[in-house]
Amino acid sequence: MRNTISTRPLFELSFPGRRAAMLPDCDVPEQELSSLLPEKSLAEKTAPLPELAEGDVVRHFMNLSTMNMCVDTHFYPLGSCTMKYNPKRHERLSRTHGLGDLHPYARPEDSQGMLHLLYELQEMLGEIAGLPAVSLQPAAGAQGELAALHLASAYFKSKGENRTKVVFPSSAHGTNPASAALAGFDCVQLEPSENGLVDPDDLLKHVDEQTAVFMITNPNTLGLFEKDIAKISSILHDVGGLVYIDGANMNAILGITRPGDFGGDMMHYNVHKTFTGPHGAGGPGAGPIAVRDFLADFLPGPVVTKSEEDGADIYRLTTPSRSIGRMRSFFGNVGILLRGYFYLRTLGAQGLRDVSEHAVLNANYLKARLSDVLPVPRGEFCMHEFVASARQLKDAHGITAMDIAKRLLDFGFHAPTVYFPLVVAEAMMIEPTETESKETLDAFVEAIQTIVKEDASFLHEAPHSTIIRRPDEVSAARNPLLNWQACVKD
Amino acid sequence: MAYLYNTPEQQQQMLDVIGVESIDQLLTQVPKELQLDRPLDLPAPMTELALEQHVGKLAAKNNVDRVCFLGGGAYDHYIPSVIDELASRGEYYTAYTPYQAEASQGTLQAFFEYQSLICALTGFDVSNASLYEGGTAVSEAAFMAMRVTRRHGKVLISEGVHPEYRHVLETYVRNLETEVVTIPTVNGTTDLAKAKELIDDQTACLIFQQPNFFGCVEDGEELCKIAKEHGALSVVSFDPISLGVMKRPADYGADVAVAEGQSLGVPLQYGGPYLGILACRNDYVRKMPGRLISMTTDRNGKQCYVLGLQTREQHIRRDKATSNICTNQGLLALRATFYLSLMGPEGMREAAELCCQKAHYAADQLTKIDGVDLMFETPFFKEFTLRVEGGAEKFLKRAAAAGFDLGPELSQFPQAPTSVQDGVLVAVTESRTKEEIDALVAALA
Repeated sequence: MRNTISTRPLFELSFPGRRAAMLPDCDVPEQELSSLLPEKSLAEKTAPLPELAEGDVVRHFMNLSTMNMCVDTHFYPLGSCTMKYNPKRHERLSRTHGLGDLHPYARPEDSQGMLHLLYELQEMLGEIAGLPAVSLQPAAGAQGELAALHLASAYFKSKGENRTKVVFPSSAHGTNPASAALAGFDCVQLEPSENGLVDPDDLLKHVDEQTAVFMITNPNTLGLFEKDIAKISSILHDVGGLVYIDGANMNAILGITRPGDFGGDMMHYNVHKTFTGPHGAGGPGAGPIAVRDFLADFLPGPVVTKSEEDGADIYRLTTPSRSIGRMRSFFGNVGILLRGYFYLRTLGAQGLRDVSEHAVLNANYLKARLSDVLPVPRGEFCMHEFVASARQLKDAHGITAMDIAKRLLDFGFHAPTVYFPLVVAEAMMIEPTETESKETLDAFVEAIQTIVKEDASFLHEAPHSTIIRRPDEVSAARNPLLNWQACVKD
Repeated sequence: MAYLYNTPEQQQQMLDVIGVESIDQLLTQVPKELQLDRPLDLPAPMTELALEQHVGKLAAKNNVDRVCFLGGGAYDHYIPSVIDELASRGEYYTAYTPYQAEASQGTLQAFFEYQSLICALTGFDVSNASLYEGGTAVSEAAFMAMRVTRRHGKVLISEGVHPEYRHVLETYVRNLETEVVTIPTVNGTTDLAKAKELIDDQTACLIFQQPNFFGCVEDGEELCKIAKEHGALSVVSFDPISLGVMKRPADYGADVAVAEGQSLGVPLQYGGPYLGILACRNDYVRKMPGRLISMTTDRNGKQCYVLGLQTREQHIRRDKATSNICTNQGLLALRATFYLSLMGPEGMREAAELCCQKAHYAADQLTKIDGVDLMFETPFFKEFTLRVEGGAEKFLKRAAAAGFDLGPELSQFPQAPTSVQDGVLVAVTESRTKEEIDALVAALA
């Protein structure tokens, strides 16, 4: 039974005079506030926050939590998002006394355990990438992209070159062009070839001495491995440019191949995807970058360095000599980095390779089982995800990708990513991840097989069983209501 | 087999359906010559028990058992138990970005409430649903000011802003035409005469911090006025706890307010993940970076919540997007939502008063020690800068030996002005007791 009283807007639950948090009495001699702070800086009244009892707060947010799907309760076949199981041990370990409560300005001699751990993580990420120099600072994948683009620019300037262009395929994640623009580059978009891959001959026409970086996701957003990546990389290297690997799809290739080995010069990781930092309903993530040795001096700092003194390992925070600077205050999203470290130490080399093999197996199994109703236009096999098309269903029965996605919610499955990448009509991008069983995948297939036989007009109305149904996003964009108090005043 | 499901028999069934003999056959998409021909060189795998023991040993090498008077943008404020309990719900922390509104009403409503609480706290009409942290929030605010004013030439920032935030801003604009000009401080606060001199009609915004990095209270009203007179936006980086007693940014004329939200129920965890807060006047809503949750109705007319204004974002506008931000700090925004709900107006006021009273008591007592003085004769809120005769190093070592951590020292920030390099910060939150303060003073006297 849903508790509809406690899920009313928080501010409406407020009752004057109600209290939750109680603070201790002041135990030092008190002085008039107006003698401590300038009169004109003092507030005339308290901020109009809601007044609630502790039980109000707990019941409200516990009830709200039941209005969510999440990995702990549902299968999330979201392409490009790698919604895999988030190990429970990480939550407790990250709060270990000495890790969760360490101040960022604790002196290095008081943080040797943390610095040791972060140093090991740098080393492991360098090995997995085949790119040995690592900075853990970027707070998210998109910030990793931005850091690497600034780094590329600084590198070229150090050689007296002023390169202005960044090239990427049209299937690239939208953050690629957004980061390139924010770093001051002109964006050049490449259309994919018929088979969904970057065509080296076409790329040749788009790169020259003005090209700083080619950004590519490999495997790409169609879930296909860019088989010409070595040739693509040498095209860039021949004109003096750098190759950037968007690490969003690293889950497919752990221990199988490495960006550094197939020609990448720089990459970012999405620790919250590949290494199970939970998504937290949108974040936090962590976006460490790994680069080749000759780019190491430009990394954003601080990074952790190790030296031996009197027979003991000493860890320090160091700013690389020609660093592009800081990407954020303090060290980085350490809480998420810790989860990545715990994951890598749990799995080891064989475990990581197993992850990718099983991710690829699960994706190809789903692809094979769905192929008669949702054909995949490109690629015989896929890596860890694939992009199916509902175009035939739309043409024959008027059933859209969105209809299927919304109806899946009624069957207890989160919707796949739809309408991305743009190169596939009625795209449904499906990524099962390795942490799903054959039984779950079979149930998902059966749900889709049932849905595609349903009446199109019934599907247009889906979902039918969720607590809300197809919100009015148009009015939310035209006339956004972003603040409860403003809504009430209106 | 950590976290995997499918048994060898199931794998075989799956391979049969696919029509291949082995997983290796699926991997032939990766050209043989690009395949790694050896296992990754990583440490051997560990069981949960072994990992717990290993992590315990590393954690024990970190010293967190001293009484914390450390500040500089991250603070040891009290975190009510309810916060960890609620934030540990898998329904929150293992959920995805709420693109499918029907499957994410819990998160969407909580983020809408976060926005509403931040608006109530700051006095503004709009807040986004969070950014990475305080330093990048300053940079995002500067970019937003450039879009609003269409001035890309110059950004003014006070030397009283956290030196690492200033460093981040310099990184963000390093490849652009924009010049970052620093307004010096006198006696710990922004030099108003210099601010007037440096601002011009090419300036997109004037950024200051309240209370500032040295702990001092700025003349916010005057700084906002200076910006306004020249058509620039005023951007203030505020301390959320201070708003329990101090004027809200909107009430003294600021156009944009940003903050590090760590004080609002987020653990220290060596610097992150933290929470970037950004709120502003309604006029700039379409120029704001980050996610915005909007109230709307569903097809049955039922009130509900969705991600709104997505057309400004990178997945639609790509290189013309308002920013490149893709993830936000959802889980930390949630913690701040719980915190503000639990504290309410009275709790925020009491926490702020306790910080302020205890910080002043600590400053009074510490400055009774010979050779220890306040570096600035300027009002402060919960943090202040000490100058120690003969340098801070010995002083801090004595404090540490007696079980107390003070700092950071200003000398560790290359961006801090040379005149204050021998200063050391002391932060006093509501968590500190008179007994601890007295013991610290006794140890140093």
